[in-house]
Amino acid sequence: MPQIEIGGKTYEVDEDGFLQELDKWSKEFAQGYAAVEGIEGELTEDHWKLINYIRDYYTQYGIAPMIRKLCKDCDFKLKYIYEMFPSGPAKGACKLAGLSKPTGCV
Amino acid sequence: MSEDLSNVPKPDELMRIDHKPPRKGWMDVPVDFKPGTYSYTAKAKNLKILGMPNPREWSPTDEDWKLPENWEEIVREGFKDRLDKYRSFQLFMDICVRCGACADKCHFFIGSGDPKNMPVLRAELMRSVYRKEFTTSGKIFGKLAGARELTVDVIKEWFYYFYQCTECRRCSVFCPYGIDTAEITMMGRELLHLLGCGINWAMEPVANCFRTGNHLGIQPHGFKDTLEFFADDIEDLTGIKINVPLNKKGAEILFVVPSGDYFGDPGTYTCMGYMMLFHELGLNYTWSTYASEGGNFGLFTSHEMIKRLNAKIYAEAKRLGVKWILGGECGHMWRVMHQYMDTMNGPADFLEVPTSPITGTRFENAKSTKMVHITEFTSDLMKHNKLRLDPGRNDNLIVTYHDSCNPARAMGLIEEPRYVIRNVCNHFHEMPENTIKEQTFCCGGGAGLGNDENMEMRLRGGFPRGNAVRYVQEKYGVNRLACVCAIDRATLVPVCDYWAPGVAVTGVHEMVANALLMKGEKERTTNLRGEPLPGKEEVEDE
Repeated sequence: MPQIEIGGKTYEVDEDGFLQELDKWSKEFAQGYAAVEGIEGELTEDHWKLINYIRDYYTQYGIAPMIRKLCKDCDFKLKYIYEMFPSGPAKGACKLAGLSKPTGCV
Repeated sequence: MSEDLSNVPKPDELMRIDHKPPRKGWMDVPVDFKPGTYSYTAKAKNLKILGMPNPREWSPTDEDWKLPENWEEIVREGFKDRLDKYRSFQLFMDICVRCGACADKCHFFIGSGDPKNMPVLRAELMRSVYRKEFTTSGKIFGKLAGARELTVDVIKEWFYYFYQCTECRRCSVFCPYGIDTAEITMMGRELLHLLGCGINWAMEPVANCFRTGNHLGIQPHGFKDTLEFFADDIEDLTGIKINVPLNKKGAEILFVVPSGDYFGDPGTYTCMGYMMLFHELGLNYTWSTYASEGGNFGLFTSHEMIKRLNAKIYAEAKRLGVKWILGGECGHMWRVMHQYMDTMNGPADFLEVPTSPITGTRFENAKSTKMVHITEFTSDLMKHNKLRLDPGRNDNLIVTYHDSCNPARAMGLIEEPRYVIRNVCNHFHEMPENTIKEQTFCCGGGAGLGNDENMEMRLRGGFPRGNAVRYVQEKYGVNRLACVCAIDRATLVPVCDYWAPGVAVTGVHEMVANALLMKGEKERTTNLRGEPLPGKEEVEDE
């Protein structure tokens, strides 16, 4: 299984870089991974709002939230989410939040 | 969901296809796992959940695929078992005369030019082994008789090409012998699974369906939360509060949809469409958190897996005590229903022949499976004038219809979706005749291939469909592509973005709900997507 190193720690990830050991997630992981995802500098308050929302939802439901729900609950337009996370909510934000990607008819 | 297509070559580059065949014969050309054209392998954890053989970490690009020690024996035995069990398989191995009628009918051949994507040659990958192992001429004359040894390279080739077939069955329409190439691909995949060689985009959904009832792994409370979210959005739009009947015992109808419809856009709007329609009708129906998946990725895995997943829907129908089952806009579910369900899990004698409680129409065509397609149900309502509709609310849409492969070719659902569309919009144009109805072209991402890593191959395979969309876009100004399949709603989005930018994808019942005049609704200013309705643009701007 591929591994990446962030801030001196190694993490197991899948072929696309999604974290495989969800319990190893930390704020340092998200911040360290941001540069790889094309986000410059420190993560902003809005970045964290989205990441925390996704993680809370995951804790409760065991899956990433629907994009429409995420936009509505965080009060962010989808366009703004793409500005914050250039690879988008599913591939960028969820990756930083330490979730695996959903599969199926999506 | 918009996809990042920046890693894929530009369309004109992708279409520079060299049709010059390789210098060596096809048996001597080894497979090349080019990034962008294959899918990641099934994760060990998913195979373990399903009790499938040889779970391990591996990649197609590895030299050593970590096959079981006696892998040749496993394939040989598996092959023999299936020849004995399925007469169709034996027949398809024997009767092809290699006339080539199928050769240029495959979207993957058209889009890639790879000779092994001609359905005849893709099937030949298996037939050559069949001849060597099971026919006298092949055993004696070997290569002269089109036979070849079973080697690891053959297994690698099978994996690459049987996961470059979407089992869409377009080639079969043109075969003078009626060979169903999809069934050959299915057999190839079954044999590969005996060795632990599957793809994750198929096996994770199958494992999820086992664990939680649906491909996406959505749990019951998440399903409930999502449907209630839609109900809130519907109330915002129409002012009407609708009920979400869930696991309701004694309901008349069990309603089953693909899970993509309650997770991914634009399918979510279609899901809202179903809910609005049923509310308006006052239908006595229920959703189920156990049978929360219409799709059946078992179809892309093995016959055993089709049966295991399909059984859930009927077990739930029995448990809830419904009379019959209504199915949503799902594609391959309908192949399972019409061609496999009855002999696998049927007959569903404990259910009644589906009868519309609104019109009294008895759906004789579904008297065995007891399951009706939503466009059959809705077109029947329209035929009997049971719905009040304002198609003008879809006047911003210039629509064409993509026949989703399985409803069109596996159940003959051709006219019903068109009848519904014509009733709910004023601008509808067909794509060219040889790209629709039973000759429809695949989206390029069905049968488990709709993953990101396979994007170049999806867009190559999506070319014939994308090209036909572009034709009606240029000719009529088409800006919306309607379809009745959740895989389509996910995979046609990048196909359109790439081959016909500016065309968006929609389900049919999204348009139905836009046009539906509901009792007691407030004046709507937007459609389900929040876009201003025609003539209401200014209201929205204020």
